Amino acid sequence: MKKTLTTLALGAAMAAGPAMADLVFPDLSYRTGPYAAGGIPFSDGYNDYFTLLNERDGGIGGVKAKVVECETGYNTEKGVECYESTKGQGALIYQPLSTGITYQLIPKVTADNIPLHTMGYGRTSAANGEVFSHVFNYPANYWNGASGVINYLLEENGGDLNGKKIALVYHNSAYGKEPIRTLEELSKKHGFELVALPVDHPGQEQKSQWLQIRRDRPDYVVMWGWGVMNQVAIQEAANIRFPMENFIGVWWSGAEHDVLPAGDKADGYKAVTFHNVGRDFPVFDDIQKYVVDAGKAAGAGDQVGNVLYNRGMYAAMLAAEAAKTAQEIHGTKDITPAMMRDGMEALVIDEAKMEALGMPNFGPTFSVSCENHGGPGLVGVTQWDAESKTWSLISDFKPSDTEVIGKLVEEDSAAYAAENNIEPNCK
Amino acid sequence: MFYREAGDFKVSYADDSQTFPIKFDRYRYYVVLAVAFGIIPFLINDYWANAILLPFLIYSIAAIGLNILVGYCGQVSLGTGGFMAVGAYSCYKLMTAFPEVSMFIHVLLAGGITAGVCVLFGLPSLRIKGFYLAVATLAAQFFLVWLFNRVPWFYNYSASGQINAPERDTFGIIITGPNAPAWATYLFCLIFLTVCALVARNLTRGTQGRTWMAIRDMDIAAEIIGVNPLKAKMTAFAVSGFFIGISGALFFAVYLGAVEVGEAFGINKSFLVLFMVILGGLGSIFGSFAGAAFLVLLPVVLKVVGVDILGWPTDIVAHFQLVIVGALIIVFLIAEPHGMAQLWRVAKEKLRLWPFPH
Repeated sequence: MKKTLTTLALGAAMAAGPAMADLVFPDLSYRTGPYAAGGIPFSDGYNDYFTLLNERDGGIGGVKAKVVECETGYNTEKGVECYESTKGQGALIYQPLSTGITYQLIPKVTADNIPLHTMGYGRTSAANGEVFSHVFNYPANYWNGASGVINYLLEENGGDLNGKKIALVYHNSAYGKEPIRTLEELSKKHGFELVALPVDHPGQEQKSQWLQIRRDRPDYVVMWGWGVMNQVAIQEAANIRFPMENFIGVWWSGAEHDVLPAGDKADGYKAVTFHNVGRDFPVFDDIQKYVVDAGKAAGAGDQVGNVLYNRGMYAAMLAAEAAKTAQEIHGTKDITPAMMRDGMEALVIDEAKMEALGMPNFGPTFSVSCENHGGPGLVGVTQWDAESKTWSLISDFKPSDTEVIGKLVEEDSAAYAAENNIEPNCK
Repeated sequence: MFYREAGDFKVSYADDSQTFPIKFDRYRYYVVLAVAFGIIPFLINDYWANAILLPFLIYSIAAIGLNILVGYCGQVSLGTGGFMAVGAYSCYKLMTAFPEVSMFIHVLLAGGITAGVCVLFGLPSLRIKGFYLAVATLAAQFFLVWLFNRVPWFYNYSASGQINAPERDTFGIIITGPNAPAWATYLFCLIFLTVCALVARNLTRGTQGRTWMAIRDMDIAAEIIGVNPLKAKMTAFAVSGFFIGISGALFFAVYLGAVEVGEAFGINKSFLVLFMVILGGLGSIFGSFAGAAFLVLLPVVLKVVGVDILGWPTDIVAHFQLVIVGALIIVFLIAEPHGMAQLWRVAKEKLRLWPFPH
């Protein structure tokens, strides 16, 4: 054992060598395990965008970006190991793409003064920047998503959901339980009945849940799934001939690999989203030219333009823009994680900026502030067309019910602050 | 060679029955303890604590606990993950209910509660054994995880169902939460491991251990010579549950800090600890350490070698890891079914006889 320890120490010393000249963006990816189907395109998009910046623009503000990839397998213990092994290399920001790992990292990053960006996942109440100083979840969070679904259904029903029955099929974990409280509040407000049906990890076994749906005949089914659970649910819905137009997933349940296995029967399935889909954006031409054709694409290079690839790219874009903002604020190219945090807090994404990046209307416009780390929470809806095998955005990015969500965020973050002796403040 | 008994005379019964009868072994043991308590805390950093040493220490406690049950008493258990969850959740409830009480007491109480739960699920062992008992304890695993997912009281009605360890201290030193210094968390776990290992070693070589081993080797014969199977089995479940509960509490409160029951304490955890016991060596305290070290360190070593040194893609290394660990388990079971402890024993034997082997 002594010998392994020495080799290990040697290896760690070699790995942690001087690389301070670059801007380090760790990528806690998962290309293995039951959630790999979602982890691979996201990580590819994240990597490719930074490669594009390096190849086309020579980095961010003239400094090269370096992505350090670390495989977590969606496992929290490995996620902690990845965090500890990469944070010493000057990591500017963490985006773990896992609710479990996010919960581990929230207290750790706050103590280590490194920002954490959980885009569309993680702890929803982290939107309250007064309590969660180092956690950001703009542009939208789960409660925005839940409210976005209900708003869309309200629109479809002429503003009235009274007496309707909505079933929630959710992953029985912290991630899946997150929207329940909001949906309960909304059901009180709008008078619909909510039926919550948990599905256990990893989600292949859903027969009983769908039997219940067939018996109860809900008007709509909302899904909070991830990984293999999505495919199974959509297949099961097709099997009981549930009308796909009335089946809406959250943004983690609406990618190509979720609907493709069900074939034509998945036609019309919907999902909410906080960014655009498809590859009709100028930025993809650049990615094709500088990254894919140059043979520098991450992974197999076959994911460009997929929903989750776009999301990974979007996450990388927001990180790069925050880094640029930080460089401007502090007047230095070599930013530290603490400066990066300031950059994220001062981030403004407007249409002109998106246009310049080659991503017009790719996502909602928003700005971050010290009090509000969650952005305005604008949510759009996408729909799957099985014939052309494409997702398309069928609604604008619209506001969610901030009245209900704001109260819940306040409540939950106050509980966290009390539990951890945090004095809410914004200097 | 240094591995020699010549000149090392035993003049009393106590001398003869000590844990490390060979002088060199004894001194090596003291050196290891001195390094662990006196040197490592000064050198430790966050990476070493959180990625390597804490999981090693905590899994060692769990492996010792399971080894008592499976290795010494012969009662197969697949419920380790569930019992660790009991330790974690009882520690959480205690931490939030009595914030001013020292962490030492919380962890010990969590161990006690787990011991009780473990005995409860051990009751069927009086009627069934072998595979059937394995299935009964498997039910415990699934039931406990389901329970902690289902009943909001256990996670204090938090929206997500996660439990988070708030900042708690012992003797004024912060042990849990993000501001806990690496050396404090390390020493805290090390103290528990050292005490657990000492207690386990002394229990297993005394009367209690002999009755357990009698039950393991042949329960009917043991009963005939006067061993009470009820008492023997229930004490094994209780002691094992106590250790596993401690490891679960430390795993949640000190190591991870936030836990989701299905993910952290699923069936995989039961298998992992069982592999540690089997690879390390059934019925051996050293084996528990060796097995835990092997299965904690191997993935990290493979990652460092594959990704950081050789620069391979992370997913290929992750897949290789599965292949290598799987292959090693098979090779071990074929080449040395008694585990690493037996390899160590054989190596010592050879060294003592060297250069005149039989």
